[in-house]
Amino acid sequence: MYETKYHRASSADEAVKLAGSADDGQFIAGGQTLIPTMKQRLASPSDLVDIRNIDAMKGVNVDGNKVTIGAATTHAEVADAPQLRAVCQGISDLAGHIGDPAVRHMGTIGGSVANNDPAADYPAALLALGAEIITNNRTISADDFFTGMFETALEDGELITSISFTVPDKSAYSKFPNPASRYAMAGVFVAKGGDGVRVAVTGAGSDGVFRHAGMEEALGSNWSADAVADADVDEAMMLSDIHGNAAYRANLVRVMAKRAVAAAG
Amino acid sequence: MTTVSMTVNGKEVSADVEDRTLLVDYIRENLKLTGTHVGCDTSQCGACVVHVDGKAVKACTMLAAQAAGSEVVTIEGLANGGDLHPVQAAFHEHHGLQCGFCTPGMIMTAVDMIERAKASGQKLDEATIRSELEGNICRCTGYHNIVRAIEAAAG
Repeated sequence: MYETKYHRASSADEAVKLAGSADDGQFIAGGQTLIPTMKQRLASPSDLVDIRNIDAMKGVNVDGNKVTIGAATTHAEVADAPQLRAVCQGISDLAGHIGDPAVRHMGTIGGSVANNDPAADYPAALLALGAEIITNNRTISADDFFTGMFETALEDGELITSISFTVPDKSAYSKFPNPASRYAMAGVFVAKGGDGVRVAVTGAGSDGVFRHAGMEEALGSNWSADAVADADVDEAMMLSDIHGNAAYRANLVRVMAKRAVAAAG
Repeated sequence: MTTVSMTVNGKEVSADVEDRTLLVDYIRENLKLTGTHVGCDTSQCGACVVHVDGKAVKACTMLAAQAAGSEVVTIEGLANGGDLHPVQAAFHEHHGLQCGFCTPGMIMTAVDMIERAKASGQKLDEATIRSELEGNICRCTGYHNIVRAIEAAAG
């Protein structure tokens, strides 16, 4: 790891100021992706601004049908929040299967979303739930936020402070983890709510998380696993690597979608 | 260099380290507590698991500066004098190790797992234990007795 300067912020404003005044400042929350990336010297920020101790950015709040999750809330805290599990089991289950217990104690929802790893779980949930990503200066819809593999709509120095979404009627997430890395080779989040059905796929797409219009339409008129069994998944859009070729991943997307719909009930 | 202070195994400690120093290096190199191991150094194997503010974390994937002001417990902090911690005793009783390299991390993960299960009233069955051990790798593949030891310690 190259040299870096560590700062600890006590508020979002302070964090943005600290990062903005550095040569090449980077926010760090749990660091479960950033620290390994820095060890490999694939990232070399001059300054790290730790946002893990900002109380206003932590916690899960359910108010009526609106859920707000602070960006610095860990995966374990999301998974274990009973008030969230009561209204949106899909996201609770998803959070409880990210990485391993030690990683879940450190990694945060904001960090995962900002990184937009093509095999990360949260982007699928946020896209399917039609979530809003709230930053230090604006609100971005999930549809506009995830712009490609490891790419988001965030500007330099912009900090995610919370995530919010409307409670769905039904939701579930199903993933096929790579047997070694445990990252999703295909993960499908389905949500049925006031705005209809939304289906988002992670792990499989060659340009990161995406919505599947065909499955959304099929499930909109027939909410059942059978409705997506023969869905047309474009192999040209799929990742193809030593872990699985495009045809294999396209099939996994269909199977995970079926399982997610069945699990949502 | 920055002065990083924390509580490790109940004792206030302090050391001048570079900001990029990993918690595991702070523990091993500065505090000379070498029970916490570095196996893979890529967050996979869990040999470096310690408890920070009561939660199991991978000390190779946390900066010492991030843990400043925290309460840290390492494998050396579990036993009470000559009396082994119940999880250590169970690993001994059930021979939950072969070469022993992964053992400190396995035990720290097991203690955390058992405490969380107790707090939530969850019964730790074999399938749950195996799933909870996802982030700890034993390259001797001695998992069977590790699982037995954790089952015994969980009671």
